[in-house]
Amino acid sequence: MAAVRTSSEIGFNRAAIVAVLVVTIIFLAPIYWIASTAFKPRNLATTIPPTVVFQPEISPFVKLFAKRSQLRSPPTPEEYAAAPWWERVVFNGGEKIVRDGKGEVQWSGYPSRFMNSLIVAITSTVLAVGMGTFTAYGFSRFRVKGEADLLFFILSTRMLPPVVVAIPMFLMYRAVGLNDSHLGLIILYTAFNLSFSVWLMKGFMDEIPKEYEEAALVDGYTRMEAFFKIVLPEAATGIAATAVFCFITAWNEYAFALIMTSRRAQTAPPFIPSQVGSGLPDWTVIAAGTFLFLLPVAIFTFLLRNHLLRGMSFGAIRK
Amino acid sequence: MTQIELSGVQKYFGAVQVIKDLNLKIDDNEFIVLLGQSGCGKTTTLRAIAGLETIDGGDILIDGKPVQHLKAADRDIAMVFQSFSLYPHMSVYENIAFPLRATRKSKAEIDQEVRSVAKTLQITDLLAKKPSALSGGDMQRVAIGRALVRRPKAMLMDEPIGALDAKLREEMRAEIKRLHIKQGSTSIYVTHDQIEAMSLADRIVIMHEGVLQQVGSPDDVYSHPANLFVAQFVGSPVMNVAEASVTEKASAASVTVGDAATGFEFPRALLSKLNGHAGGKLALGIRPEGVIVRHEAADGFLPVETQIVEPLGSFDIVDIKVGSRMLRARTKSGFVSGPGERVFARIDPAQAHFFDVASGRSLGVRL
Ligand SMILES: Nc1ncnc2c1ncn2[C@@H]1O[C@H](COP(=O)(O)OP(=O)(O)OP(=O)(O)O)[C@@H](O)[C@H]1O
Ligand SMILES: [Mg+2]
Repeated sequence: MAAVRTSSEIGFNRAAIVAVLVVTIIFLAPIYWIASTAFKPRNLATTIPPTVVFQPEISPFVKLFAKRSQLRSPPTPEEYAAAPWWERVVFNGGEKIVRDGKGEVQWSGYPSRFMNSLIVAITSTVLAVGMGTFTAYGFSRFRVKGEADLLFFILSTRMLPPVVVAIPMFLMYRAVGLNDSHLGLIILYTAFNLSFSVWLMKGFMDEIPKEYEEAALVDGYTRMEAFFKIVLPEAATGIAATAVFCFITAWNEYAFALIMTSRRAQTAPPFIPSQVGSGLPDWTVIAAGTFLFLLPVAIFTFLLRNHLLRGMSFGAIRK
Repeated sequence: MTQIELSGVQKYFGAVQVIKDLNLKIDDNEFIVLLGQSGCGKTTTLRAIAGLETIDGGDILIDGKPVQHLKAADRDIAMVFQSFSLYPHMSVYENIAFPLRATRKSKAEIDQEVRSVAKTLQITDLLAKKPSALSGGDMQRVAIGRALVRRPKAMLMDEPIGALDAKLREEMRAEIKRLHIKQGSTSIYVTHDQIEAMSLADRIVIMHEGVLQQVGSPDDVYSHPANLFVAQFVGSPVMNVAEASVTEKASAASVTVGDAATGFEFPRALLSKLNGHAGGKLALGIRPEGVIVRHEAADGFLPVETQIVEPLGSFDIVDIKVGSRMLRARTKSGFVSGPGERVFARIDPAQAHFFDVASGRSLGVRL
């Protein structure tokens, strides 16, 4: 690299920075929209033009988690004074929190949907990445008969839009009792992610020199031990990258979750928009649900960011 | 106390045979160097001995016991890979300790042995570092340390210093030799660098296209190449090889190179030593130092013209034209002034080799 930069290079650099900024803004705008709406008072959520400066409120999140119903008559001043702050914000919106016979606050549908999302996404990611890693190792290190055909076959499962098989899958799932079950969704998402995981991990495995394991084999270890002690630590970057992609796919999946689940195993993506339909939509609550829904992926990606960056440039910098 | 024997070893990759009927016996404590061009099957041979490659025929015996069906882990052999293959996620200490952790040794024992090996190799101050922070020479030391620490039956080294720069290579060569003399273990060392082979080996094994060409001491393969391949592979600058015909001339023999008008004078004994091959197609092999050049005409010297002169520092290599053939002669530097000079040349019969062109074999003539 030249140490001295010409003016055209500097110009190019500036243009690149501007381009990156523009792209970043385009990508962040919807996220800003959701995040800001999640903290807006209800009456400011749908103003035209949009309200940018406002007093942030926590009420959308209270409403998101608690089961509410419309107030017939306003609460008495005593009732209002006795209520905790989170109940008051609901009163302020002309609603009340639903309590059961013993006076216990009832949860809304959101927390359980969120949990379902976590269970399904995490389990299917672990399964897809785990099986993908083993499969990729096998393909990478051993002479497999018809290897190219098998790998093509594995990839071909992704060649049609998954929704195409939604109806047959639904009928099959109903027949075997897997609809609206965690297991059903986990199997589905694992199957979708597996081909991707195998291919991605195969790329990473191929990059790990086989001399590492061979050294371990000569040093007195079995192949299994060599795999766990040498290959897995070396593949950490690839595993992290694959896990992020699988997790995002499973976490964001909408169509199958909508068709295959209704209550017990329903995940957040089909649940959140279903709230739009019930009565006058409270967009702040929907935004709050969406905002929380964004967090796990953001956190997961953030934790693995070093691995991811290395994963992106894997193979490009070596050799 | 480890002997290794290869007996009739065959290895195919698909339809391609990369090791062809290899027979070799390696003595205890011997330092054997496998020498050959790229792709001749050196690494494959080494990997077969280590147990990383299965063989398709023959036996590999360690101390008389066939091991070809044993896993690598059960052969008790250490190997240094060309790429060093230090585990990147482990410190130098962990790398060296790794082979010991496969055994039932206690932590204290392992620690003691790692430190003792580190001391021998002078890498004690590197123990905490990661391999990526090491220089090439240090990586190589660590790789050797990892191989030595277990006190294996035999050490296999696959071009362990091939990736280092020239100066470091020379240093490491000396160090490997020193270590071998000190530790004394049966060693097989693969290289395509003949200087490395010459300086390290007790015996050199020369391979070509999967076929063993010659086994012998460095001096042996240099002075008495068994065939044309070895003759031209060993030694730098390369040996001159030219088709030649041998005739009887007065009281002596005459060796004519190619289509030259006159032949070089050889002792009469050549005729009997050729043992009837004199009439067949022969090749004369002569190293550049065996081609003697002088400025004045003399008995037995043929007039020739110089062509290219290559100055190589302490000596020059001068191409001289004999008939339509070119012979390379080694002269003192600056001995001839340049191309087109008329000089007189002779071939030293004591340094001449004769080969049967058809089979490539040396006829074993020593004058
Ligand atoms: N796993 C393999 N599959 C197919 N062919 C192979 C394999 N390994 C080696 N070969 C072939 O076998 C031949 C011998 O290879 P080998 O690695 O033993 O050569 P080498 O003498 O070590 O060469 P180099 O000096 O380049 O390391 C080569 O032609 C090589 O292409
Ligand atoms: Mg090799």
